[in-house]
Amino acid sequence: MEAISVVFENLPFLLMGALDTLKLTSFSVLIGLVLGTLIGMGRLSKIKVINVPSTVYVEFLRGTPLLVQISIVYFGLPQLGIQLQAYPAAIVALGLNSGAYIAEIVRAGIQSIPKGQYEAARSLGLTHWQTMRYIILPQAFKNILPALGNEFITLTKDSSLASVIGVTELMRRGQFVITRTFQTFSIYFGIALIYFLMTFTISRLVRYVEKRMAVA
Amino acid sequence: MKKWVAVFLALVIVGVIFSGTLAEIKERGKLIVGTEPTFPPFEYVNENNEIVGFDIDIAQKIADELGVELEILNLPFDSLIPALISDKIDLIVAGMTITEERAKVIDFSIPYFNANQAIVVRDGEPFMPQTLGDLKGKKVAVQLGTTGDLVVSDISGVTITRFQKFTDAFLELQNKRVDAVVLDEAVANAYVKTFPKFIVAAVIDTGEKYGIGVKKGNEELLEFVNTVISNMFKSPYDLLVEKWFEETK
Repeated sequence: MEAISVVFENLPFLLMGALDTLKLTSFSVLIGLVLGTLIGMGRLSKIKVINVPSTVYVEFLRGTPLLVQISIVYFGLPQLGIQLQAYPAAIVALGLNSGAYIAEIVRAGIQSIPKGQYEAARSLGLTHWQTMRYIILPQAFKNILPALGNEFITLTKDSSLASVIGVTELMRRGQFVITRTFQTFSIYFGIALIYFLMTFTISRLVRYVEKRMAVA
Repeated sequence: MKKWVAVFLALVIVGVIFSGTLAEIKERGKLIVGTEPTFPPFEYVNENNEIVGFDIDIAQKIADELGVELEILNLPFDSLIPALISDKIDLIVAGMTITEERAKVIDFSIPYFNANQAIVVRDGEPFMPQTLGDLKGKKVAVQLGTTGDLVVSDISGVTITRFQKFTDAFLELQNKRVDAVVLDEAVANAYVKTFPKFIVAAVIDTGEKYGIGVKKGNEELLEFVNTVISNMFKSPYDLLVEKWFEETK
């Protein structure tokens, strides 16, 4: 069974790529979370200079293909004098993109908290920011955890698009093995399995955190 | 959180590269060559995760002559020209055929390899095309942006499917969704040797030649690359004759 043994022989090589995929996703998720929280709050702001740019950001990044965004960051920005290597470029593009999706998740999360809570906190003398920080966001976070988990899983899979700018993550490494061994089908299948193991682990982790938070 | 931000900023700063004139490459101490290492035997990744091949040895020779390190940047084939234009890389050494279209956007060195296109079909089936014209009315798979893509696109009445990887084109042939794959002869031969269920039906003498891609306007580097290549064509004896009889003024 050469088709199966070829996957095992190249497993260490592929797993190195899986590690890169995880690193790529983690950095992007961090950027996405920070951006998404800020922009999500911005979407709800009554101040126009905050609200309008936030909405434009979300609509534009959600409305254009990630593949195009990655290419713009890597190939387009140098025209403006910003040179990023493939790896940071991929993190920037993925982070900006997931920021838009997370912003919508955060917005929905904040809106899911009854208005009375906000009013109660304000009448107790908390400022807007204090209310957000101590009352609204912690509760919203609990509510949006499943949606966030979903976004992390999507991002893990979408990171394979970084192969188009030469980031040697799992997908790209798989292509290298294919050109060396010509075992196209079994390698693609092996890659799919590794992606599944990663996303399944993430989904279990999110479930675990959800349960812990439900107790607290 | 602060630490992560710092790590990320460091990555970004390290990521800044400067565009490559001859002087800049020497100052930087390395030559950055872009290639798509999914094109054996010209460039591929071996068992030890090293990018090796005919082109890589040529790139190494150029780096050696410059007295700098060689850095290989792996990119998809259709991303190589954008990468050269946006100063991600100094040279393209990727079994790239010199074509009129490409020469409009980048400069090419003198040719360093003569290549032809091969038509590959499933072995043991009646369809045995002998010329490109025989592909009329058939379905053909090619690798996106390669010469195979260009020559097949010139034939009318062919249904073309374009893939990022030539191996995917072969998968399509194996799955019987196309009748033939058209690609560079050397690569076709390597593939068919491993998979005897495919056969090279015909080799089309397209008279095409591989060249090294240099950014337009980078005359110094282009001239240097040309000198290295033309010296590689000379025997050690030729070089001695040149050194002792022709260059003495």
